[in-house]
Amino acid sequence: EECIKCVEITGGQCASLSHGCRFVLCASGDLVKVYSTRTEEWLHSLQGHTNQVTGIALNPANHLQVYSCSADGTVKLWDFIDGILIKVQLVLYKCMKLCVSAWPECFQLVAVHLPKSAEQEVEAKEMSVVSSHISSNPSCTAFGRGGEYIAFARRLQLNVYFFRKQKTCSFSLKATDKKGAQNAFTCITCHPTDDCIATGHEDGKIRLWRNFIHKKEYTYSTQHWHHNAVNTLCFTPEGTHLLSGGIESVLVQWQYGAGNRKEFLPRLGGSILHISASSDGQLFCTSHSDNKITVIESSFKVCGVLQGLVKGDAVLTDLMIDPRSKALVLNGKPGHLQFYSLLRDKHLYNLDIVQQEYIYEAGLDQFEVAKAAFDIKGSWLATVEERGQKSSDLEFFLKLWAFDERTQSFVLNTTITAAHTDRIISMCFSSSEETTMLVTIAEDGQFKAWCQGADNQNFWSCDFVGSYHNLKPTNCSFSADSSLLAVSFQEVITIWSPETWEMLTTLCQPPGIIRDLCFGRLSCSKYLLGTTTRNLLCCWNLLTCALEWSSSVEVSKLQPDPLSENVAAFSYQSKHTDLFVFKPSEPRPLFTNKNVCSEKVHRAVFVPREELLNNCDESSQWLNRSQLYFLTQNMDLLTFSTATEEDRMLSSSKQLVIDDSVAVTPFYLLLGKHRQQQQKLNTQSHPAADKPQQPQGSVTIKELLHTPAHVLPAASVLCSMFVNSLLISNTGEMDSEKEEEDSEEEMEACDSQQELRVQGSVDEVMLKLSKAQERELKRVRKTDFSWMADLIDSKP
Amino acid sequence: MGEFKVHRVRFFDYMPSGIRALAFNGDTERMAVARMDGSVEIFHCSDRFFQEKIIPGREQCGIEGLSWVGERLFSAGLNGGITEYDLTNQKVKYTIDAYKIPWYTFLILCFYHLNLDRQKSRIVSLSWHTSGSKIAAGMMDMIQIFNVETGHSIHRMLADRGVGTSRSKECVVWSVVYLSDGTIVSGDSVGMVKLWDDQTGTLIKSHNVTKCDVLALSVSQNEDSLVAGTSEGTVVQFQFVSMVLGKDDKEWVRTRTFKNHTHDIRAVAEITTAVVSGGMDAQLVVKPLLDKIEVRSAASALRKIHFPHRRLVFCARNSGLMLFQYPGHLELWRLGESEGKGIPGSSLFVKRNPEKLLHLKVKGEDHIRCSAVSPCGEWIVYSTASSLRLYRLHCDNNNVSITKISKLPKVLSSANQLCFSSDSSHLFSASTQSSVHIVSLSQSGCKFVGTLKPKSGSHQAIHLLAASEDGEWLASANSDHEVHIYNLQTRKAHCTVPVYSSAVTAMGIHPTTNCLFMMYADQQMCEYSIEQKQYTDWSRTVQRKGLHRLWMERDTPCLNVMFNPQNPSHVILHDTYMLCIIDQSLPLPDDKTQFYNQLTLKSLTEDQRKSHSHAFKVCKTFKDILCVELISDQSLVVVERPLEDVATQLPAPIKQKKFAT
Repeated sequence: EECIKCVEITGGQCASLSHGCRFVLCASGDLVKVYSTRTEEWLHSLQGHTNQVTGIALNPANHLQVYSCSADGTVKLWDFIDGILIKVQLVLYKCMKLCVSAWPECFQLVAVHLPKSAEQEVEAKEMSVVSSHISSNPSCTAFGRGGEYIAFARRLQLNVYFFRKQKTCSFSLKATDKKGAQNAFTCITCHPTDDCIATGHEDGKIRLWRNFIHKKEYTYSTQHWHHNAVNTLCFTPEGTHLLSGGIESVLVQWQYGAGNRKEFLPRLGGSILHISASSDGQLFCTSHSDNKITVIESSFKVCGVLQGLVKGDAVLTDLMIDPRSKALVLNGKPGHLQFYSLLRDKHLYNLDIVQQEYIYEAGLDQFEVAKAAFDIKGSWLATVEERGQKSSDLEFFLKLWAFDERTQSFVLNTTITAAHTDRIISMCFSSSEETTMLVTIAEDGQFKAWCQGADNQNFWSCDFVGSYHNLKPTNCSFSADSSLLAVSFQEVITIWSPETWEMLTTLCQPPGIIRDLCFGRLSCSKYLLGTTTRNLLCCWNLLTCALEWSSSVEVSKLQPDPLSENVAAFSYQSKHTDLFVFKPSEPRPLFTNKNVCSEKVHRAVFVPREELLNNCDESSQWLNRSQLYFLTQNMDLLTFSTATEEDRMLSSSKQLVIDDSVAVTPFYLLLGKHRQQQQKLNTQSHPAADKPQQPQGSVTIKELLHTPAHVLPAASVLCSMFVNSLLISNTGEMDSEKEEEDSEEEMEACDSQQELRVQGSVDEVMLKLSKAQERELKRVRKTDFSWMADLIDSKP
Repeated sequence: MGEFKVHRVRFFDYMPSGIRALAFNGDTERMAVARMDGSVEIFHCSDRFFQEKIIPGREQCGIEGLSWVGERLFSAGLNGGITEYDLTNQKVKYTIDAYKIPWYTFLILCFYHLNLDRQKSRIVSLSWHTSGSKIAAGMMDMIQIFNVETGHSIHRMLADRGVGTSRSKECVVWSVVYLSDGTIVSGDSVGMVKLWDDQTGTLIKSHNVTKCDVLALSVSQNEDSLVAGTSEGTVVQFQFVSMVLGKDDKEWVRTRTFKNHTHDIRAVAEITTAVVSGGMDAQLVVKPLLDKIEVRSAASALRKIHFPHRRLVFCARNSGLMLFQYPGHLELWRLGESEGKGIPGSSLFVKRNPEKLLHLKVKGEDHIRCSAVSPCGEWIVYSTASSLRLYRLHCDNNNVSITKISKLPKVLSSANQLCFSSDSSHLFSASTQSSVHIVSLSQSGCKFVGTLKPKSGSHQAIHLLAASEDGEWLASANSDHEVHIYNLQTRKAHCTVPVYSSAVTAMGIHPTTNCLFMMYADQQMCEYSIEQKQYTDWSRTVQRKGLHRLWMERDTPCLNVMFNPQNPSHVILHDTYMLCIIDQSLPLPDDKTQFYNQLTLKSLTEDQRKSHSHAFKVCKTFKDILCVELISDQSLVVVERPLEDVATQLPAPIKQKKFAT
């Protein structure tokens, strides 16, 4: 059975640091994830909620426990180190924010009921309504000193509810004044030891309220640095500093009680959504809108970054797979492309495309990467960046990037400023191995083919300009062997030969403008598929130039699998998306999944698998070679996985939990890698291309490190042993390795051979030298050649 | 509403002087303000901050500090003198040359017997402990506490200099405040407000308030609030607040910041319900503290006082001359002439430009206290604290000459207020004891006629005089809010208008009905029939129905009352922001009617207009009005002094980085 699985996304709205700063906990979808602060590695997740986790808070009474609340109406208490669920409490309303007071005896929960805006407070399973006027923004509620009162704000009113007196004091501000202030509250926090409430406002002001027990004699001071709304505020546990953050992505540290004295930590990434401080004040962490958590030392230095799949405002590029690293590539940070390893669920790096400073301010028109494409080997990357889509004066650049083997990254090769006179709609690389060619189509009615210049000139230039009756092109596609190029002009598909740039034929059947185009692969390469705006999916036979079949279905995205004949089509109808997988040769779908998600799907990609699955089940066979990922409009990346995969994932994650009771240190990585390899030899995967290969661990090193220091012999004795253990044991194997690289056939055997080597066996199966030859070699090696040195020295 | 030709005068270059010191007397609710030119003004805080008294300054008389002792007011100046003021007669009582230690502010008198240890550096600021046994002095780079009995220094507390380039500069402790609990608060040139403990001489806490200087500090009477004025023009408030609610461990916490000034704030004072600040930009700002105010009203609104509540411009009604009163000189101008008629609201072509006829410098060091020009334009009179001078003006075509009248009667040695009769035959001079001297003027000279004395025993100085058109009546108003009416034929007191709680800001006698029309500081108005010795029916109606809310909320007092000779029911009033004609024949507006209704009326037909119109016609075309006067040819003279012009003549303020510039 397949099931849709949400790709793990780091970040979320709230993050919390555990006691002793060892772990970062964050809410992510319906999970609470636990990360190590030192290694930035994901340790495990707390699974159990059935809906979005909306808030987490450490249990002040037990520093190994965490509360989490979720939109499913439950509050759960976890042991986050072991990942054990301890207690579940049912709150009938949607919990939006959870606060736990620092007072150990009374344990209070605040739940905000969204539709009716009623706030509930649970005190040992007893509920009492505190207020029904509460903001839906969870940062607008905070517990005061010792849990004696709770402060909450809604628009222009600040309310303080005193639990003991059961009394609410409210204070309101004017909406605006002559100076253009916007006084709506955006966030609240309370000082841990003093009776002081800090509030953030829409125009960037921070107010510190005091004496709020009096209706009239309350007082506040105002500080202003942020130029946009303050998103979050947090006092350090000692109360000496106040931290604030907003869209500027600058963490500001205000000295409490010293007015304007402040420190800044700029350029943290996306806008800051949430700040939390560890209970000992050693570390702060900020969560950002681009799905990132930054761990910051109290000395105001960034010491760790947990980056999930970067969530921008919109994904303009297609989902792509970098052919080298097999990483998913899409829009990341503003002006960047991100490389994301799906296998390890980890952000690899950002490639700066625009190469301009991004200004974190709302409403600015800045360059964005609009299109990107890889060639088939992954040695070229083409990007289009745009500015001014909304206004009339559009600016765009076409850039070509070459992969540099030495730096293992893409280097800018060519920038084409006026590739077309109007916006580039789409582009694709030819899929042949020998020559790389890029075809771009634009709204100016032309398509252009770009080639690398001849001989030593390795820059790209235009090779051919084509058009068809001045119609606006809509899409383009190369056939699998690059012998044909299909360009659709409104309702007409033109087929070109890239060799001669001769238009071979036109296909003009369907009513409606062509939206997607793709050629069939492998055995179905004689077919061309196209979708139109008039809800039609057509399949042409290119040999007969006739329509093979057509089907009336509204297809929002057509995605061919590069490794098989399968094509996936996402159809959006009556507010939900259906998925069909079919082969172009037959109109009957292989696999259908109704109601995949409720949003429209515009981006999808087939990701080749590391190792093939051999599912015999017919409906899941299409997942054997590659996995389908797709992106919804809500920016959720979803995938299909099989039941067997799920089981394996579950078991491996359990294993990880046990492993991670040991601190994750570099030594652990060295040895742990070795252990893992032994345990899961059959599931061993290729190391990702982006990461340098770890030195192989050996039994000797392990023994060396595991023996207590006082029983070890002197270091000088051990040294040679240690160095020897790192060396590859004899010359013979070196030769064989060279041979491996040369011969293609032996690659097959290589895998098993490597395994053997790892286990430390010195099996010389591959040795081709005879005994006699070997003896001769040893003799030569032992011969004294020192006389030669004398000879060289004596030379004048 | 009548149509008037308006002379819009903008050539009166009046420059208000910067405020140097403030002192608040909580018992009498009076605020004393000392200005850079040495003048001292008394404002009545509970009477809408009406400027009750003005004591003009002198040349080279810088006041550095002001202090109330009971009801007595003292000032200390740069020249080392201590001055006491006679507030009833609005003049300097005496000046004592104290030690030649210039420039200190002082709080309680009788400390000039003090013999402190000789100081090398100069003392910039001083503050007494309430016990009177200790005194804190702010100096260069340090604060010292002295024991008053021994005169020895108890503690020396060093104030840090600034960082960076300002490290080489001395840190001047501009201001110290000694609180009764032993805390010393200091404001210095580094921009810090520091709190010190006088027992140990240690710093408790420091607040960085500004990048520039903290020039003034003031503490509220119950010592729970402290305000600091900076040279950026901000006032920063500190409050003594308990950090944990319901507990007693209080701390000084910086709370609010007010920015109402453009230049240095040289003086701040916290009064019961507001923070008053004044500085180089010459405006007195009263910022109400909303948490101390019980009921919000016009009386408790933010108030900015730019101009004195006295007339500085006088018009010779019949000859088109204008007299401008500056502190040190008088200027006489002839109004321009225009051609033809235009439609209402349009400006006319100026045929002849206004012309400055005379520049009369004051003899001696004293500044002018009051002046007047006769309606015929023949006589000019001014008075300083020590002398009164009367001049006769000869004006034939382009030649202007004046002759000083040499033999003045002895009673005319000095005057608090001066006024000519409408036929220019008599001069009335308000003198001490609320008395008015009458002098008859003729071609040959002047002759003392007699003295008018009030029946009541009030000794307060007269600040307003009004003579009737027919020369029969004279009204005088003094600072005790008394208005006396004299019969000029019999030279006897005729009657006294019932005393109202608020001060009279302007008054005038109606030319035909001989009713006295009075405007009060709280924006009330009264009409008193002199002949019948009682309020008129219209006045009673006004009192019964009450005035419109918008009228009551205006924040500047009316400064002149005039009567339209063509329509006896029209009374013309003005304050700093508007010109108003009250038509006594029309019904009074109540709170529901639209007060500013001119635009609405314009759109209505004649018949509808009648039902919609009410007595108040307000004209807001003119701004920052110093004076409006009706002259004989049915035209109005409006003297404006735009605040922008005042601001351009001020020295440049401290440059500040503004966001996004």
